[in-house]
Amino acid sequence: MTRPARIGNAQGFWGDRGDAAAELLAREPGLDALTLDYLAEVSLSILALQRDRDPALGYARDVVEVVRSLAPYWRDGGACRLITNAGGLNPEGCARACAEELRQAGAPPMTVGVVDGDDVLATVRDLAGLGEAADPLRNLDTGEPIATVLDRLVTANAYLGAAPIVEALNRGAQIVITGRVADPSLTVAPVVRHFGWDLNDLDRVAGATVAGHLIECGTQVTGGIATDWLDIPDPAHIGFPIVEVDADGSCVVTKPPGTGGRVDARTVTEQLLYEIGDPDNYLSPDATVSFLGLSVEDLGSDRVRVRGAQGRPAPPSYKVSATYRDGYRAQGMLTIYGRHAAAKASRCGEIVLWRVREAGYPLREVTVERLGAGDAVPGVPSSVDRDALMEVVLRVAVADPSREAVERFSKELMPLITSGPQGITGYSEGRPRVHPVFRYWPSLVDCDRVRPRVTLVEATADATE
Amino acid sequence: MRPNDTSTVQLGRIARARSGDKGTGANVGVFVPSDDLYALVREQLTADRVADFFRPLGVAGVTRYELPNLRALNFVLKGVLGRITRVDAQGKALGQAILEVPIELPARLLPSNDPRGS
Repeated sequence: MTRPARIGNAQGFWGDRGDAAAELLAREPGLDALTLDYLAEVSLSILALQRDRDPALGYARDVVEVVRSLAPYWRDGGACRLITNAGGLNPEGCARACAEELRQAGAPPMTVGVVDGDDVLATVRDLAGLGEAADPLRNLDTGEPIATVLDRLVTANAYLGAAPIVEALNRGAQIVITGRVADPSLTVAPVVRHFGWDLNDLDRVAGATVAGHLIECGTQVTGGIATDWLDIPDPAHIGFPIVEVDADGSCVVTKPPGTGGRVDARTVTEQLLYEIGDPDNYLSPDATVSFLGLSVEDLGSDRVRVRGAQGRPAPPSYKVSATYRDGYRAQGMLTIYGRHAAAKASRCGEIVLWRVREAGYPLREVTVERLGAGDAVPGVPSSVDRDALMEVVLRVAVADPSREAVERFSKELMPLITSGPQGITGYSEGRPRVHPVFRYWPSLVDCDRVRPRVTLVEATADATE
Repeated sequence: MRPNDTSTVQLGRIARARSGDKGTGANVGVFVPSDDLYALVREQLTADRVADFFRPLGVAGVTRYELPNLRALNFVLKGVLGRITRVDAQGKALGQAILEVPIELPARLLPSNDPRGS
């Protein structure tokens, strides 16, 4: 029997622990592949801003340092493959930067695979004016037509599947850098290659998709954000997850021995349910997965068996993640200590917003929150006695199409330090910073309008590129 | 108290949860450790009940999915994340919030410890 494919994850989002990859491979040098996820829904719009400033950028630069941290592992003969969507809007630029880093770090000759073709901004613009052809581009949430935001679109990228990553691996890539791909596909690809599965073997592909879903958010499956988080052991050294996918598509979720955190039926079940929508129709570009036959079996010693995924063909269209500009936002916080803290905070918030409105800026969206008084989930019954609180954090946030309006808000918050209630404090951050707002536009595009592409970049000791 | 006498407890005494975003909606999963408790939450934690509970957030509709294999219910709360200025714009806090929903529980099913932590 073929041994399981062992896939780790060492990055659940852009901002996750940078030394996790090297630490994981130090403990588990025999992993078949390591996945790193950098792209949340609106990450690409931030990368678009970077690329506007410098065409050589547009990728998650942090990954270059992760690659450098792994150079000694590869130099010592390590064979784990690295698969990441850090390429963002510029996978090739990212691959070249990684190749250069490897050369400088004295790594052995390596092939870096580049997967792109996910950028469909031009296609979306072409289709937008074509009547019925533009229909799949309607906002999947709201049903609005793409024309509503066409002139404000910043990015549009299709969630590619595992196939081009498998191709890159088959052509010898030790590192695969992609743009937008579905998060579970980062795991599906090395599993498919390991077993030589046909991508139409849908139950097995569904099993690998579930495995990918379980590890794509890193430590969320090893005790992070667990309901009983206070009982999770050694959270300072929480281990990143590993899935061992078997030939039948079932998997064991685990983590390296000696790390903190916990993998049991409860942490795994929580993460199974995370952001899945309809559990009978979990959509991915590799398969439509049903979670309704899954079983979760606690094997002890931080090992949990998940089996029973069922797959049906993926939809004939790719999901597209588009982003568009939607004005500006700013947020500021002040701490209010003393009797009637919540009432004082409410009044402070009202004062700021009054003054902005009196200056002639109506503001499209405003939020005043008294954090500590239950306002993170406003209006929902909780046991907090707001009148008895001795301290709350006042948070005021605004959004508006006009940058000037948001700047005005930014100038009106801090005067409360001297005009507000006694005990107002915690202003060392200064005026709130004004940020552009990018919003997410989920839609669809027919698969035959998207051309995934695989190219290779050689990282050799002699490379001068 | 007799075994079938009921008391009102928070859902968090018997269930675990996890939440996140799904576009402008939120996804909230809930599961319990026994078949008895699953029958109970399936009856009491209806889509309407959850919609009422989260009404102040501007819920535009709640869809409930059942996963009896995991003794789980998965809720999609439409429209609750339409406001980008809220501190919890990604719905990460809603899992803890749903665990505050009051549940009528027979004494015989009341667990000795609280899964939200000791």
